[in-house]
Amino acid sequence: MRRRVVVTGLGVVSPLGNSLLESWAALCAGKSGVGYITKFDAADYSVKIAGEVKGFDPLSFVSKSEARRFDNFILYAVAASRMACEDAGFDRHRPLPEDLGVIIGSAIGGLTTVEETYKTILTAGLEKLSPFAVPCSLANMAAGVVAIKEEARGPISCPTTACAAGAQAIEMAVAHIRCGNAVAVIAGGTEAAVTSLAVGGFAAMRTLSTRNGEPQKASRPFDKKRDGFVISEGAGILVLEDLENARKRGAKIYAEVIGVANSADAFHIAAPPAGHEGAVRCMKRALRDASINPADVDYINAHGTSTQLNDTYEAQAIKRVFGEYATSQLLVSSTKSMTGHMLGASGGFEAVAAIQSIREGIVPPTINLDSPDEAGAGMDFVANIARKANVDVAMSCSFGFGGVNLSLVFRSFKD
Amino acid sequence: MTLDEKVINIIAEQLGRETAECKPEAAFIEDLGVDSLDLFELVMVMEDKFQVTISDEELKNIRTIQDIINFLKSQGVE
Repeated sequence: MRRRVVVTGLGVVSPLGNSLLESWAALCAGKSGVGYITKFDAADYSVKIAGEVKGFDPLSFVSKSEARRFDNFILYAVAASRMACEDAGFDRHRPLPEDLGVIIGSAIGGLTTVEETYKTILTAGLEKLSPFAVPCSLANMAAGVVAIKEEARGPISCPTTACAAGAQAIEMAVAHIRCGNAVAVIAGGTEAAVTSLAVGGFAAMRTLSTRNGEPQKASRPFDKKRDGFVISEGAGILVLEDLENARKRGAKIYAEVIGVANSADAFHIAAPPAGHEGAVRCMKRALRDASINPADVDYINAHGTSTQLNDTYEAQAIKRVFGEYATSQLLVSSTKSMTGHMLGASGGFEAVAAIQSIREGIVPPTINLDSPDEAGAGMDFVANIARKANVDVAMSCSFGFGGVNLSLVFRSFKD
Repeated sequence: MTLDEKVINIIAEQLGRETAECKPEAAFIEDLGVDSLDLFELVMVMEDKFQVTISDEELKNIRTIQDIINFLKSQGVE
């Protein structure tokens, strides 16, 4: 009999706001967090837009020297984790260190640190290399530092499954709690890759939107006029907990994680196949893990990146799994229309959005949706305006380069 | 070596194919099983070897090996 896993804390840092309250309010208002790149000089780049975190003050969470040496992907994770743990009431009732795990994924980790370090070698010489360059570049250092800050000595890990990393962290955390390895896990994703290498590299793949004249309209998942994704950054963290422990300490329970699944496409390094068979299998498996039928799902927070291939094939996959229900009552939206694509952080942030939709009875919109792609014909993408709806079950899907598929299913908590 | 032969040799080398397979009328995606990333990389090699620039707009018109040969000729490459 596997243990039940519930969500008792939420924390986010995103281009829409550096707290859950701010980000959720912006999502409900259909606001865009996309603007012109300021983190580096993008004058010569074909892509000049991104969803950047704004006005983030790390000193609320770390010391001055830590703020100096820790890459932003670590700082965003520390902040979001602190907010999630505070939200979970850990300051009053914290699990024993050996029972508290940390699983925080990131696609690329300390990319800014890597770039600056390399520049230092080329311009100033090896002797000027910081002793913190290596540790603070490692993708798992977000989990490492959060473990120190939150005194977590249980399971610790960092999935690096690209754009599915944050969702995979949640999947792994659920597995640990279900089999009793941990009583609670701080889980999600973090990313701070708005850098010359990442933007230049994605641009070389022609996968980023070049709608530089209208940044806030560039991320347009499922829309016919989409031309690529908008890179962004931030962190999305959940506190996942064994239901029995949550009950014992009288914790607020936001939702239950009733199903998780992971599958591989084994098709191409960066593109899904037509129909996205791997995603179909993954969603079906998540429903089976949750012991529910397709028509029990009220809302899907889609991967919906705003690329030609993902959005067309994801719509096809949803129709395959949900049949007629996909074009009758199912609500689907992509919050990437507002945040941009937070890469490894997106799975964490979008899990938070799915849980919020259950708590608040509001489904965030897919903004910039003027005219849906044919593949999505008949589907309700909650175009442009948030929708009041009773959301009992919400699914969140994340797909990553390397053909990685993740699906998470959340339900309002029933005793 | 003619320009046609040079181009075919480069393509064969890049794609790991026999030159005989790389006929001028061969379409990259449909006939040679090339994907978009392979094509972007191939175009960069052409730009490098022949000192030309192929814009994203022009790239949209490149479907076959002959299209590349024609483009190079239009840029005065011999």
